[in-house]
Amino acid sequence: MAQRIKFYQTGTFTVGNRLLDETARTVQATLERDNSLTSGHRACQGCGEALGARYALDSAMRAADRKMVAVNATGCLEVFSTPYPETSWRIAWLHSLFGNAPAVATGVAAALRAKGREDIRVVAQGGDGGTVDIGFGCLSGMFERNDDVLYICYDNEAYMNTGVQRSGSTPPTARTATTPTVGEHPGNVFGQGKNAPLIAMAHNIPYVATASVCDLHDLEAKVNTAMSLHGARYVHVHVPCPLGWGSQPCDTLKVARAAVESGLFPLFEARDGRVTEVTPIRRKVPVEAYLKLQKRFAHLFKEPRDEQALAAIQAIADRNIARFELIDGAVA
Amino acid sequence: MEKPFAVTLDVGSSLANLTGSWRTERPLYVDRLPPCNHACPAGENIQGWLYHAEEGDYEAAWQVLVRDNPLPAVHGRVCYHPCEGACSRGQLDEAVSIHAVERFLGDEALKRGWAVEAAPESGKRVLVIGAGPSGLSAAYHLRRLGHGVTIHEAGPMAGGMMRFGIPKYRLPRDVLDGEIARILGMGVELRLEAKVEDIPGVMAEGGFDAAFVAVGAHLAKRVDIPAREAAKILDAVSLLRGIESGEPPKLGRRVVIYGGGNTALDAARTAKRLGAEEAVIVYRRTREQMPAHDFEVAEALEEGILINWLRTIKQIDETTFTVERMELDDTGWPQPTGEFETIEADSLVLALGQNVDTSFLEKVPGVEIRKDGIVEVDEHMMTGHAGLFAGGDMVPAERTVTVAVGHGKKAARNIDAYLRGEVYAPPPKPEVVSFDLLNTWYYTDADQSVQPMLDSLRRRTTFDEVLGGLDEDSALFEARRCLSCGNCFECDNCYGVCPDNAVIKLGPGKRFEFNYDFCKGCGLCAAECPCGAIKMVPETI
Repeated sequence: MAQRIKFYQTGTFTVGNRLLDETARTVQATLERDNSLTSGHRACQGCGEALGARYALDSAMRAADRKMVAVNATGCLEVFSTPYPETSWRIAWLHSLFGNAPAVATGVAAALRAKGREDIRVVAQGGDGGTVDIGFGCLSGMFERNDDVLYICYDNEAYMNTGVQRSGSTPPTARTATTPTVGEHPGNVFGQGKNAPLIAMAHNIPYVATASVCDLHDLEAKVNTAMSLHGARYVHVHVPCPLGWGSQPCDTLKVARAAVESGLFPLFEARDGRVTEVTPIRRKVPVEAYLKLQKRFAHLFKEPRDEQALAAIQAIADRNIARFELIDGAVA
Repeated sequence: MEKPFAVTLDVGSSLANLTGSWRTERPLYVDRLPPCNHACPAGENIQGWLYHAEEGDYEAAWQVLVRDNPLPAVHGRVCYHPCEGACSRGQLDEAVSIHAVERFLGDEALKRGWAVEAAPESGKRVLVIGAGPSGLSAAYHLRRLGHGVTIHEAGPMAGGMMRFGIPKYRLPRDVLDGEIARILGMGVELRLEAKVEDIPGVMAEGGFDAAFVAVGAHLAKRVDIPAREAAKILDAVSLLRGIESGEPPKLGRRVVIYGGGNTALDAARTAKRLGAEEAVIVYRRTREQMPAHDFEVAEALEEGILINWLRTIKQIDETTFTVERMELDDTGWPQPTGEFETIEADSLVLALGQNVDTSFLEKVPGVEIRKDGIVEVDEHMMTGHAGLFAGGDMVPAERTVTVAVGHGKKAARNIDAYLRGEVYAPPPKPEVVSFDLLNTWYYTDADQSVQPMLDSLRRRTTFDEVLGGLDEDSALFEARRCLSCGNCFECDNCYGVCPDNAVIKLGPGKRFEFNYDFCKGCGLCAAECPCGAIKMVPETI
């Protein structure tokens, strides 16, 4: 039967559905998904990182035909999944120090090569603290040597595990334990920002992508692409943290969506240092729609509203939209 | 067991840690009432049959449809589809064209000869008076419940207002005949030209255990207009009936139609097709206030019908009609202005509504008839006379084919209970899904499929059907535009978005289950369910 649309209820943005061709469904829709991170873990209710990690690793496991080792930096993801002697991981998994996951992953890849087991793929993962701050030297080295590792950063924009301290990835004005809402410019400062994906691109590595836990199809496609390549690859996944951001546990995906749709978290892919694809914004929203869902930005909306800060954050989103061409010319 | 250096405990799995104990709210799968179903006067399970149509299983879809409505091909054409007015998709882009899919299913059934099984014979017999939509529906539902049914119809053909009130260009007669034949094929006995004058007598004579009266409202309302010279005045009901019995009245070159309801438009469009050069509708209020549906007004205007709003007819002098201009007062009621105009016309068709002929009911003890001729029924569709039920245009309700069919179903269920010495208790209705319970992010925009329209010349000169049907491709597309409000359509979202793997997928057609051992109650599944089929309820301690 000819079908004018290849989706159900038109263009499935849902995880799967009964009418979709099996090959067009996500890994997460299948009964056979690995559940790399299984039940019983101690992540908070509505944890974006737990979800993002399962999404990414299940997809990588399928792409690697289940021959895969994961190295995990210290951080929330490690703490909530492996209180000794329990583990939530159903994959070969190694815990490294906070700052050396890329170096350990490099070592694992080298060891496998030495043993002639290059069929086994290596993935390293960590939070934004372990990636963009503490582990950044090791990460840059891994990129520079083009080691055969896929590094996945789950970015929840602060050190959540130790009590929500600011990281290099914390957005301006956000409240954290170390950037309290006091003084003339409450919350985190407007610095220069630290865009890890763009820095990764500057190494001209084979593949860099950003993804969000709110867009599963996009995320799985990017992990698949990354797994189809060799050399150093980097995927940066935006994962809201209900505890640290002060959002409702049930709103995790709504918050993540607002970040993408406002332009604050652009979704793109880059090969060999050049942006090759962007995921366009479907229903554009102002940054306020994103900020208002989170208590860490609540001070911006207390009367009198901090219009200057709001305008500055909107300017960041607008710059992203222009820079990555997130909206078709006519609309922008 | 010998352990490696510095290891003292066995490796364990986090599955030992039942995080379900964290929960303060638990998710539940629910089936809520979709707004389309809620709005349907025939009580159709629209979301339910669209679900099967989406899979391309049209016969299963049709079988779900005819559990409630025996005339889908008719309704896909003539129902004013309040379902589409209520459709959630209307708030997103455009409502699902439910009537077009219903029509496609109805036509498929006629083409392929799909049928319904009657239940085993109950041995009870029911008399149905009137073979209009309500009587046919009651007969059909009673047969499905296993009761013997005989319909007495005063007229020469079955169909009632579907045949004698709705013009062919909206409802081709082969479609109507096909659906009636299917009902009769279930073993319903039909007696034509068998007017019932004495209900208790006929019931006793035929050994009937109950009766359902649905004779409709077909006495045209009149109005006194001073006419100096004999003018040609007739009513819309006789005009439409005349066409059907092959004796169209002579209307002349210019026809005035008085009234603003759907019947007025049907009469005007019929007059045009009979060759009238001018068909002018005179209505005393404004277009917005016309009881006729907007699409009917639009179609009539396209066919060259003229409409004079805010006018009343004061006097007729042979072919000269004097009309007075009206003005709305503050309450929106038309008031005379004392300004007059004249219109030249050869005949006048009155389309001012219809009354019920209740003469044969007046003798039945216990039956209450209101002053306006409408018959009173209780919430079980029963009149004051035990075992005598009534429905359709003759009881207090909106007068549409769909309402009539709904009455037939409701009456049949109540009669069935009555025959078993019970009182029918309708199943409790689940809560209606409101738009804010949907997560429309997951649906992409898709424009409504457009039904083809007959060309303008043929619309003015023939009785060919004006609106065409959808082909299979478009019908499938249209069915798939359904958002499945309030009812799981197995999109796997809950299964996917649970950070704790606490949703168990049971496989195709079996939906999902929660694993409350691990569900932390975060509510992500409920928030991300596109169709509002998950509800969070407080956990009891």
